[in-house]
Amino acid sequence: MAEIRVDLEKCNGCGECISSCSFSALEMKDGKVRILATCTFCGACVDACSEEAIVLEKEEKKVDVSSYRGVWVFAEQRQGQIMPVTYELLGEGRKLADHLREELSLVLLGWKIEKKARGLTGYRIDKLYLVEDPLLEYYYTSFYTQTLVDLVKSENPEIILLGATSLGRDLAPRVAARLKTGLTADCTGLEIEPEERNLLQTRPALGGNIMATIISPHHRPQIATVRPKVMKRAKPDGKGQLRVIKIKPNLTSEDEMVRILDLIREEKDVVDLQEAEIIVSGGRGLGKPENFSIIRRLAHLLGGAVGASRAVVDAGWIPSYHQVGQTGKSVQPKLYVACGISGAIQHQAGMRSSEIIVAINKDPNAPIFDIATYGIVADLHRFLPLLIDKLEKREKALL
Amino acid sequence: MDIVVCIKQVPDTEELPHIRVNPETNTLVRESVKGIINPFDENAIEEALRLREAKGGRVTVVSMGPPQAKEALRKALAMGADQAILISDSSFAGSDTLATSYTLAMGIRKIGKFDLLLLGKQAIDGDTAQVGPGLAEWLSIPQITYARKIEVNGNQIRAERTLEDAFEMVEVTLPCLATVTKEINIPRYPSLKGLLSAKRKEVLVWGADDLSLDRKRIGLEGSPTQVIKIFTPQPPPKGEILTGEIPEVADRLIEKLRERKIL
Repeated sequence: MAEIRVDLEKCNGCGECISSCSFSALEMKDGKVRILATCTFCGACVDACSEEAIVLEKEEKKVDVSSYRGVWVFAEQRQGQIMPVTYELLGEGRKLADHLREELSLVLLGWKIEKKARGLTGYRIDKLYLVEDPLLEYYYTSFYTQTLVDLVKSENPEIILLGATSLGRDLAPRVAARLKTGLTADCTGLEIEPEERNLLQTRPALGGNIMATIISPHHRPQIATVRPKVMKRAKPDGKGQLRVIKIKPNLTSEDEMVRILDLIREEKDVVDLQEAEIIVSGGRGLGKPENFSIIRRLAHLLGGAVGASRAVVDAGWIPSYHQVGQTGKSVQPKLYVACGISGAIQHQAGMRSSEIIVAINKDPNAPIFDIATYGIVADLHRFLPLLIDKLEKREKALL
Repeated sequence: MDIVVCIKQVPDTEELPHIRVNPETNTLVRESVKGIINPFDENAIEEALRLREAKGGRVTVVSMGPPQAKEALRKALAMGADQAILISDSSFAGSDTLATSYTLAMGIRKIGKFDLLLLGKQAIDGDTAQVGPGLAEWLSIPQITYARKIEVNGNQIRAERTLEDAFEMVEVTLPCLATVTKEINIPRYPSLKGLLSAKRKEVLVWGADDLSLDRKRIGLEGSPTQVIKIFTPQPPPKGEILTGEIPEVADRLIEKLRERKIL
């Protein structure tokens, strides 16, 4: 724990520190400054004091890398449901733990979730840290950060994996900054370097134009967020027992400044886009907004969702939550059908890792053909109705 | 209401395909690439300007980067920011997101009191989204990430946070940090008046000596992570152009999708 105090001999009562404090944690008493309980040890007053009268001692240990052992997976739960990315992390975590010959632990934070936790038996998890508290029922940055940091400090894992989701990407940087350790975002590949036991974390950057491999050689734990839907899901073998370690967190409700007032579900087609196995997207080649109906028909017929390029979103043809690309959503469905989309690099950044890409465009030089699995140089107004007709006939024949 | 906006200069996305890895040195070949303000940071600037227009106060824009990043700050001034500060020093080179958030935090402390700290949800070059929460941690303030709407009521803000399949209404007491998505607004173009007044304003430059820094926390030494390799990803396997009469092409596409077990 950090310690802060005022050297009363040096303090000249100038009050510079009081105006530097964002938390009103300082007051003047008898011409000397005093530190109140609201102090967060941020150190702003230390920097503000020209007399060096405020002393902040932060405890810092030298990191002994070898004293950190084991692989942790952070279990993401929302409303008591374990999110799919957790099972992908378990698959990957098991692989890394086996390489290191260490244990794989799952860390689950929540409230009244023990039953759910028991459902994880058989996933080859060596240990489950179950942390239950009413304050952990919903995701709050400060409570989750505090809980995870405390647990890391007492157990010293060498690797922690979290999903690169809105939750994981909110929590991981906060935890890593508090622990002053390395964090790599949105990894798509993880390996162990055998000699030094470093985690080799590979991730795309610059819109997928380059890949970078990153290590944290002198810091532990090594923390990574992992892109959803890239790693293989763990499969339960149904055997074994789950060793559950129950932890009581040390939280007080005053520690959280944020209050969640409400949770509002998005319209269904928004959900569809990121979870969809098939996406049919339209671009400027559609000619006019009404022509999105043909995209919707094809998407419906294939059981997929509707996407769009930035150009048509900016033109107001379709709401922005349909946008795929660098400033829109990143998707990786099994099949992506790009209709009348030229395939600018910004669009490619959001969809290039799709398994199969079908591109339909009049312009044979459109960049989308560089990454298309199957390219069709044709007028989409002629091609799509015909394709839809054939698919409908086929469907009827199968019935 | 005093608002600080942190922005990053990033390579223009139009030029991304021209950025290549030098296989001998394992470094990026990115000379002569034009810089722009990270698009999400433009939304953050716009939001700050709108809040100032509604509530009064000052907008200070800060960037950490090489001297060229001054251009990005000049544009922010032209959009209407009151003050611009570049945090730049050769000793900051090699900073990862932890060292960057530390250095920015020390710069923001030097600015002094603020109510709201705004950033884009992530930068489009690194795509990490780590500097915002890291900064909030160094400053010991609460954070709201992925905000698509922000309203100020007295000393509190109410915001909508974007989640995967829902959004969350949250409320927080100031000071706080928020990162914004592009849905929050449409950034303005600098006006002629703005461009002219930006010319008269100076971009302050602060180096390492201007900040109260722990030297162990900046640059390469302050960065736990190291990039050990960069490489160009495997290009997707060469695709196939289906040619012929349209009905025939449609049949072949259906056949291909059937083979790949999509249909």
